[in-house]
Amino acid sequence: MSVVRLPQASSFAPSIDHMFDAMVILCGVVAIGVFAVMIGMCIVYRRGSKADRSIPVAQQMGIELAWTLIPFLLFVGIFAWSIRLWVHLRSPPADSLTIYVVAKQWMWKVQHPDGRREIDALHVPLGKPVRLIMTSEDVVHSFYIPAFRIKQDVVPGRYTQLWFKATQAGNFQLYCSEYCGTNHAAMLGTVSVLPASDYARWLVSVTAMTPEQRGRQLFVQMGCSGCHDPQSGIRAPDLHGLYNMPVHLNDGTVVQADDAYLRESIVFPASKIVQGYTPIMPTYQHRVDEEGILALIAYIRSIGPAPPAASQDRSSHD
Amino acid sequence: MTDVFVRDSPLRRSYLWQGGHTLRSWLLSTDHKRIALLYAASITLFFFLGAVAAALMRLTLIDPQGRLMSAETYNKTFTFHGVVMVWFFLIPSIPATLGNFLVPLMVGARDLAFPRLNLFSWYLYMVGGLFTIACLLLGGVDTGWTFYTPFSTMFSDSHVILAVVGVFVVGFSSILTGLNFIVTIHTMRAPGMHWYRLPLFIWGIYATSIVMMLATPVLAMTLCLIGLERLFGVGIFDPSLGGDPVLFQHFFWFYSHPAVYIMILPAMGVVSELICCGARRRIFGYRFMTWSLLGIAFIGFLVWGHHMFVAGQSMYASMAFSILSFIVAVPSAIKVFNWVSTLYRGTIDFHAPMLYALGFIGLFMLGGLTGLFLAAVALDVNLTDTYFVVAHFHYIMVGGSVMAYLGGIHFWWPKITGRLYSERMAQLAAVLMFIGFNLTFFPQYLLGYMGMPRRYHQYPPQFHALNVLSSIGAVVLAISYLMPLFYFARSLRSGASAGPNPWQAAGLEWMTSSPPPEHNFVETPVVTEGPYAYHEHEEQA
Repeated sequence: MSVVRLPQASSFAPSIDHMFDAMVILCGVVAIGVFAVMIGMCIVYRRGSKADRSIPVAQQMGIELAWTLIPFLLFVGIFAWSIRLWVHLRSPPADSLTIYVVAKQWMWKVQHPDGRREIDALHVPLGKPVRLIMTSEDVVHSFYIPAFRIKQDVVPGRYTQLWFKATQAGNFQLYCSEYCGTNHAAMLGTVSVLPASDYARWLVSVTAMTPEQRGRQLFVQMGCSGCHDPQSGIRAPDLHGLYNMPVHLNDGTVVQADDAYLRESIVFPASKIVQGYTPIMPTYQHRVDEEGILALIAYIRSIGPAPPAASQDRSSHD
Repeated sequence: MTDVFVRDSPLRRSYLWQGGHTLRSWLLSTDHKRIALLYAASITLFFFLGAVAAALMRLTLIDPQGRLMSAETYNKTFTFHGVVMVWFFLIPSIPATLGNFLVPLMVGARDLAFPRLNLFSWYLYMVGGLFTIACLLLGGVDTGWTFYTPFSTMFSDSHVILAVVGVFVVGFSSILTGLNFIVTIHTMRAPGMHWYRLPLFIWGIYATSIVMMLATPVLAMTLCLIGLERLFGVGIFDPSLGGDPVLFQHFFWFYSHPAVYIMILPAMGVVSELICCGARRRIFGYRFMTWSLLGIAFIGFLVWGHHMFVAGQSMYASMAFSILSFIVAVPSAIKVFNWVSTLYRGTIDFHAPMLYALGFIGLFMLGGLTGLFLAAVALDVNLTDTYFVVAHFHYIMVGGSVMAYLGGIHFWWPKITGRLYSERMAQLAAVLMFIGFNLTFFPQYLLGYMGMPRRYHQYPPQFHALNVLSSIGAVVLAISYLMPLFYFARSLRSGASAGPNPWQAAGLEWMTSSPPPEHNFVETPVVTEGPYAYHEHEEQA
């Protein structure tokens, strides 16, 4: 029978497989042990056999406590092991390459930092940590690369992320693993791991605008700059140096200007109003798609502090 | 048929005759035993409908391109399979049939506390079932039994509302059944039947009833919200309306995880009865068995987030749900060890109910052990939403609950009908079922391990061989499910008379005639000993 171990193509794969194997052995021993005892009892105590049938005690505190506590302690051990891996799975290194993924029925759209875009394919460099920031245009999807042992749901209205370091060059299967409608089983893609130099060459083999450049273009085209430019006459918060900074809201709360906040402010501008401003911004929900929003966020992230003269509202950052 | 009744005097003194023998006397009966049979007939119908859907899926998956049906049809087929098997078979299975029949008998009561409510529950079940059948006939629904949003509310153009209404209605049947059991067990126990003298089957039904009453309203609310969003565009789950799709998953699993315990707790109760009778031993660790049932029911409410480790919930929430999921496995482990220990120094008969019970222990254990893999977050990231999960929950629900249900049906068949069935055939079916089940579902663990996602109607070629193997297993499984229909039918027609207690079993239900009279006992029984008094019987003999 063709049971094949998947290729171990990411830095996670060996440690996940190691734990999986340990669990197979542990659970296998338990299962075989219980089956053996059960079958043994069935043979020894079958009706008509000669066996000691003096009436046993019907409850023994010591035994009960033993098989309550031993499994419990084993479980805590398994839990601790898995949590160590889990925290690692959820902690992308700071120097990760960031790639954006937008899912829609039934395709994967990928945008690289240098602007190159692709569909149902993801090219990544070998041996370099890659962080995917993902969202969906429609329903919940799930981004699954078995060879990397990673999976993350891709949720509309949210950014979820995933990171990995590919350790083996080659092509690997990408699946959608959260049911997403008619062609769910055809929502596939190929992940191509290229040596770093090949990846660099691949990136520039087609010239394209970077997300920041696209974002800048959208920012002007859609009229965002008309209000958000520091020189503008209309009172709208200045976006310079905003990214990841605390923002004081009208209701007294403080939020962090992360991707989720920025996205919400574009799609539902009225839901969080910056202190001292009025809710005058219209929604851009149907005027810009998820890829556009990602580009706008990339642009906002890229604009550092405003020139000193224009910086009136915020002074907390460097 | 009538002739048989006239000649057969035990039948004439039983509920099968006394309440009248017109269709009307059955459809308007408030006798818990007749209502149990109404349920048994209807859930059997739904079981075979769901099984046909499963067979069609296994047939499609023989071919990697899935050319037997279109993607859309396949999606509707697995949705129908899930909806029917979960809500119209598994959840009502043991409680509504065996529970209905046995709870009053086992506690020494004349009926359930609210007999008319009991009948009403069955009608609710049927109305829910009609909506589901109507949904199927009009073209079906393609959301999966999980109704994930915003797919179900904004994107699917199938009959979501019909399906949701069906499940909503059947939920109330489940709430009312739970209520009826709780009140009966609290207030209608025979003199001397104090709590620690209750059979474990009653404890299993009691724990399940609590879960039914507390969890099902959350499902009802969630389904209403789906209706509101889908019909009126009220933004609750769809992010383009300002809603949150992950909120739906929290609501849904807050019910649907405990629902797994609704399915398995009564099964654990049944198996405890079967093992004790089969080994002629008192259950080992009775009090640990009762408290582990209640412990599972309680902790079962706190583990729903383990369905959402990769859904976008916070890293720390996943950690909490992970450890709680390990903790809920402890009482399950206790139960397995106690069942096996009950065999110690027993006198074991391998009659069909015992074979089912032993099969249950093995399959439930394998399902439980693979559950540990999924509770370990880091492993779950790889395994979730693959066939590994499909195999895991089928081991619990089919290998566990269905084996226990059929074991129970075989055990109490002589009590329910007053007749014996072909023991040989029944043993053969039980063994075939065990083999067929493992052939069908063990390959699915391997498929999941190799990365095959669930709900795929076509798949890459490396998964072909194991899918074929699984489909071959399904044939064996199907045969073993059809067999009881034949030998039970023959038993009804020409089975030998069972007598009140063909298994020499302990328990109040065996002290009345088979089938029992309309009000169960001629005189209210007085209980003077604990359950499973097999040791005492032995000493007297």
